[in-house]
Amino acid sequence: MSKTLKSVAVAASVAAALVGHATTATAAEKEKCFGVSLAGQNDCAAGPGTTCAGSSTVDYQGNAWTLVDAGTCVDMELPAADDGSARMGSLDALERDIPA
Amino acid sequence: MFDQLPQLPCQPGVGYKAQHYADILKNADPVGWLEVHAENYMGDGGRPLAQLQFLSERFPISVHGVGLSIGGEGALDQDHLNRLKTLCDWLQPTSFSEHLAWSSHDSHFLNDLLPLPYTSGTLTRVVDHIDQLQSLLGQQILLENPSSYLAFAESTYEEPQFLEEVASRSGCGLLLDVNNVFVSATNLNMDPYAYIDAFSLSRVGEIHLGGHDEDTDDNGAPLLIDSHGREVADPVWTLLDYTLDKSGSLPILVEWDNDVPDWPTLQAETVRAQKALDRVYA
Amino acid sequence: MIVDQTAFHAALRNPSADIPTGLTNDKGAPAGSRFNVYRNNVTTSLMDALSDGFPVIHKLLGQENFKNLARDYQAAHPPSSPLMMMFGAEFPDFLRTHPGLAKLAYLGDVAEMEYAMRRSYHAANSVAIDPAVLASLDETSLLASTFQIAPSVQVCTSAWPILGIWRFNSIVGAPKPTPKAECVLITRPDFDPSPEEITKGDVALLQSFANGETLETALIAAQTIEEGHDFGRILQCLLAGGAITKIDTKG
Repeated sequence: MSKTLKSVAVAASVAAALVGHATTATAAEKEKCFGVSLAGQNDCAAGPGTTCAGSSTVDYQGNAWTLVDAGTCVDMELPAADDGSARMGSLDALERDIPA
Repeated sequence: MFDQLPQLPCQPGVGYKAQHYADILKNADPVGWLEVHAENYMGDGGRPLAQLQFLSERFPISVHGVGLSIGGEGALDQDHLNRLKTLCDWLQPTSFSEHLAWSSHDSHFLNDLLPLPYTSGTLTRVVDHIDQLQSLLGQQILLENPSSYLAFAESTYEEPQFLEEVASRSGCGLLLDVNNVFVSATNLNMDPYAYIDAFSLSRVGEIHLGGHDEDTDDNGAPLLIDSHGREVADPVWTLLDYTLDKSGSLPILVEWDNDVPDWPTLQAETVRAQKALDRVYA
Repeated sequence: MIVDQTAFHAALRNPSADIPTGLTNDKGAPAGSRFNVYRNNVTTSLMDALSDGFPVIHKLLGQENFKNLARDYQAAHPPSSPLMMMFGAEFPDFLRTHPGLAKLAYLGDVAEMEYAMRRSYHAANSVAIDPAVLASLDETSLLASTFQIAPSVQVCTSAWPILGIWRFNSIVGAPKPTPKAECVLITRPDFDPSPEEITKGDVALLQSFANGETLETALIAAQTIEEGHDFGRILQCLLAGGAITKIDTKG
């Protein structure tokens, strides 16, 4: 089954995009992504608060822990499904055929 | 074969942080050169490399590797050697330095500078690794003394002697971190001045200074942590003066890696380094 | 008495392991808890790198939860490369499969987007086409052309409002996300990765471009998945983001 292009308004789309492009906000006015530039740096210092005597937090020891209600995830009210598996309740979310 | 010491200016330098980019271009005084960590400039492109190129047109750059694991028991990571080569060929830095430490094992990177014993066996290994690196880069490198929190019973060399042997056999220069000397001497109950006296100062091409944190071990003995998270401590400045009196002027780098302050605070540290250099000229 | 790096490393990564004998303190006695300085350095430096790399996940989970997850993650997935800029590649899947996080199923997709922002930030530079090139082509040659996309361009798809969640946690005053599936295009005009919402048809179009297919094939793919797909809109996004680096008309 061969598919064909449904409309050939490509030239019009290109023209619209070019007009739009000419009036688009410059890169400087777009939202800046703070944090990206500082992420994952290598350095040659010991970690702050590193200690051996236990007077500060000893981070290398992974004791048993449980998740606590904290962070902004508790503010967002994104509904989970009734069975506890998190799934959006909306129609959009049920369409799982999004290409990778 | 690479017997020439690097030519960084005998001025204060600073460990470059991206958040200080605009400040440095506006008023770097008295900073005369910059040092960057090699591994932060191994991406394919984007702002880090563009900034570095721009800065390198205005300042001599020292590339300081923190991830090659020169003291590692295994072979050097060929991929990482190639990345260092690519960076240095592109940037043509004034100086390249690395650490007397290991940081990788069994292809796991540990993101810390780990200690090694000082024996004839480790000496041979370190010299071989430096030979390999210097041949690849086609330039002399500087090797930095570490901060130590413990010692190895098996060691047969004192650290200054070990570094001198490494330098004389490989032809590398040395990077003397005066804060590391103070930290290690305090932690291992040695005299930091005796360390400087024993150090091969004629081989030193660069000095490092950084802040440390104070702690104690489980016997209550003082334990200093090389945190680079605050001002350089007063006794370290005093030890620097002592060192410069013996060595003459050298390029002096101020490092501040954790809780990085605003530019004026860091700049004030470099002003203090300039004063230490002024003492030598006076 | 001899402590090789295999023994040092094993004790370093196992908090309950004995400290190797042959390591000494200031008095030549066993080093004891001084060894923990190295344990702590390794662990905290990796945890901090993960936190720096996933600020939105950190905010979503809060300090304590993130710290506990980060500690587990770095133990399970120690970095294999010394480049900390790319640390955390397996973190999205780690979050997706973590039993305690099943009710926050969007976390993995949000982490994927944060990682994509980082990939974009460090991607190779490229030169965008002059948009005037488009105007110079007639429709037939345009449809037969292939579009080369910049290495800094990233696409993320999710059944969750990942961009809304990202904005809510990154931009002061951004609204709460509303439940819907979102696809995100990240472009890098100049040097700052910039995310924006695109449609499923746009995703199909970009996937076709990535596969080297012609505009005609790409548009059919987009229309197949999305009725009335708006090519003009995504083209404008791509031009604004400097995302098109070459249009090959194949003669």
